[in-house]
Amino acid sequence: MTTARPVGRPLALLALGALPLAVMAVFFVLPVSGMVSRGFSDGAGPVLDVLGRPRVHRVLWFTVWSAAAATAVSVALGLPAAFALHLLSWPGRRVVRAALLVPFVLPTVVVGVAFRQLLGESGPLGFLGLDGTAAGIVAGLAFFNVAVVIRTVGAAWESLDPRAGEAAAALGAAPLTVFRTVTLPALRPAIVSSATVVFLFCATGFGVVLTMGGLRYSSVETEIYLLTTNLLDLQAAAALSILQLVVVTVLLALAARVRVATAVRRTVSRPRRPRRGDAPVLAATGLLLAMVAAPIATLVVGSLRHEGHWTTANYRALGTPGTALLVPVTDALVTSLRTAVDATWMSLLLGGLVSVVVTRRSHGRAERRLRATFDGLFMLPLGVSAVTLGFGFLITLGSFRDDPLLVPIAQALVALPLVVRTLAPVLGGVDDRLRQAAASLGAGPLRQFLTVDLPVVWKPLLAAAGFAFAVSLGEFGATSFLARDEHPTLPVVIFRLIGHPGAMNYGMALAASVVLAAATTVVMLLVERLRVPSIGSF
Amino acid sequence: MLSLSHVSVSYDGHEAVRDVTLDLADGHVLAVLGPSGSGKSTLLRAIAGLEPARGTITWDGRSLAGVPTHKRGFALMFQDGQLFEHLSVGRNVGYSLRLRRAPGRAARVAELLDLVGLAGYADRMPATLSGGERQRVALARALAVEPRLLLLDEPLSALDAGLRERLAGDLRRILQAAGTTALLVTHDQEEAFAVADRLAVMRDGRLVQEGDAAQVWAAPVDADTALFLGYAHVLEGAAARRLLDGTTLDQRDEPRVAVRRSALVLDDAGPIRATVAWARATPDVVRLVVVADGIGELDAVAPLDRHPGPGEPVRLRLDATRLAVMPGQ
Repeated sequence: MTTARPVGRPLALLALGALPLAVMAVFFVLPVSGMVSRGFSDGAGPVLDVLGRPRVHRVLWFTVWSAAAATAVSVALGLPAAFALHLLSWPGRRVVRAALLVPFVLPTVVVGVAFRQLLGESGPLGFLGLDGTAAGIVAGLAFFNVAVVIRTVGAAWESLDPRAGEAAAALGAAPLTVFRTVTLPALRPAIVSSATVVFLFCATGFGVVLTMGGLRYSSVETEIYLLTTNLLDLQAAAALSILQLVVVTVLLALAARVRVATAVRRTVSRPRRPRRGDAPVLAATGLLLAMVAAPIATLVVGSLRHEGHWTTANYRALGTPGTALLVPVTDALVTSLRTAVDATWMSLLLGGLVSVVVTRRSHGRAERRLRATFDGLFMLPLGVSAVTLGFGFLITLGSFRDDPLLVPIAQALVALPLVVRTLAPVLGGVDDRLRQAAASLGAGPLRQFLTVDLPVVWKPLLAAAGFAFAVSLGEFGATSFLARDEHPTLPVVIFRLIGHPGAMNYGMALAASVVLAAATTVVMLLVERLRVPSIGSF
Repeated sequence: MLSLSHVSVSYDGHEAVRDVTLDLADGHVLAVLGPSGSGKSTLLRAIAGLEPARGTITWDGRSLAGVPTHKRGFALMFQDGQLFEHLSVGRNVGYSLRLRRAPGRAARVAELLDLVGLAGYADRMPATLSGGERQRVALARALAVEPRLLLLDEPLSALDAGLRERLAGDLRRILQAAGTTALLVTHDQEEAFAVADRLAVMRDGRLVQEGDAAQVWAAPVDADTALFLGYAHVLEGAAARRLLDGTTLDQRDEPRVAVRRSALVLDDAGPIRATVAWARATPDVVRLVVVADGIGELDAVAPLDRHPGPGEPVRLRLDATRLAVMPGQ
């Protein structure tokens, strides 16, 4: 018997997947395993001993409970906002939606600075005494991640068939009962999925904890940083990295399981006008907006003040190196933008290829499983400590340290999961029979892509580009290891400035934070205009 | 000419298509008929080159192994059209012409739209069309390829009943006018009968019967096929002999008879005695369920002016053109 297998299918997919796999192997697996194996140079004994240290227990406990608390806060605040922003129609809805997405892409360092400015002794909320406390850190983490809940749950909520609720109402269920018995169960996958991701982000959050926690509070991620850079205790760092990797892999697997149940549906219900009963929801959204706006507003105000006067001195100082820096902040901004451009095209190229490979229709169970593994592999950077990645780069690829592409590559890997999660649902939502119809009309694979996929994917592609650009602008964990002193990026400069005494340095840090926040905000507002539903949802 | 020889397709170890051998001569329309899960769509996909298959699939004696879908010259049309939503109707229809850089595209598109009864629709967008119009556009788009073979996957199933009937007639006329060789997959026997001149019945991945449509209809190969082809009952043994009593039909030792719903007609001079169990008027005819003496429960029809009630004794006549005698087992 001869075989009528359509030629080259597995081969073509392999070719598409080869580049991302190679990049992943060299720039992710190699550095991370290099870092980990460095820790194991004296065998497994010392590494296991690390896990018995009381300080490590404290760090672990803090990581878990602060992430859990921040997740709970994010969900509690995100649900009403998801409803108000996705199911109700009111003036300014789009602007508020974009505004609430901003914190998610705000550089962690900026968030840390903003919260210190807000909660610090001289800040507007200084009387609460939250500066440097665990509660402050939880607030900072929640500030960051509430957007994930709003996006994911809002998109799911929008696509719910309202008729199920209407049927329940017709059967005599009061609105609250409808919510409890019909809407909430239908939203559960989206809520669980977003909560998992938020927990993941909180547990691996770096910049916020580092800038706000100081030495008193340390999460696994900042502990890895301190152990690596300050104490040079690589065994302990490796032990924590492995622990983190294991936990993150489990969480990602859980998130993937939940995600299967929430395939993107195309039906989107029309938002309705608010009714009187919606007042509590709108009030909660307003409160959230205030909570998001407060740190940013204090940051802007702080950057415009120097020695008790209103002034632009802090901004003017950005053109000079000041006392703490080798280069002016403006140079760092240019470096940041250049790096972000490179990181963006890299993550788009890799993420695009990965998305195409994981969303093609599988023949058989084995192929499906292979694809799922492939998909999971490229989600890993989401959870592997950026510090581990950065330090791993340093020790395994140190000889390329001067290569200007090293920092963009590391940032592209950090942005990669977000790009894939933006593109893959869209490509997966395309009916494969459309491609088959095009093929039967004589279109080759490339032409099929141009006819069927491109019209659907170009907007998400642009959105993913903006997203990757914003993430790259703010990336701090890996970059802090890799950026050369004479070519620092903006977040690195900000961190250096707040570490140096002097009112001028602090003022410059605030001004630089505002510049960085403004840059990412502009990018995100442009992205929001594209109205891509899958952006920022998981 | 399309030839399939010992074609099998398996998914995850499950054989969806088993050892199918089939020929389709040029200019004919073959309907592959089978219940859902019978493997008929998988067979179509294998012919299109979308599923890896074992066995040989040839066109005019040349093997199609290794020829990708877009080079087979077989156009595909799906249940829900799968139009390119961002392209106008005209550009959808002209898609393959543009790929081949064929001259005189606009005229050809207009001609095709005219053929499917959508003259003047070229500038409309797919989103503004009704379900039936979308299927017509999909058909025109597929015909534009001038395919060696047109593959239709349940082309009318998504439409409502009245429209489906009308379009089925149109489809046959259009395929005949274009002289297109076509393979149609459907679970709807009426659709198959209305469109195709040849019929292949599939069950559990196997081809159970194939031949001229009218012939397959008149002589189903076994009881399951008969029931699937719309026969209401299959009688065996004594009941079958009793039913055939007094007819000139082939009476073998162990006959099995497939009976359509309208095979028994109310007739006061008829030879079969029965009791009415249930009666309901339809616009054309009164439908009865009767218990015939020595045979058992059967369907029957009565003219509209006769409406016997349950329990009423009646006499029935057999319409021999509405039953099929099958070989015994």
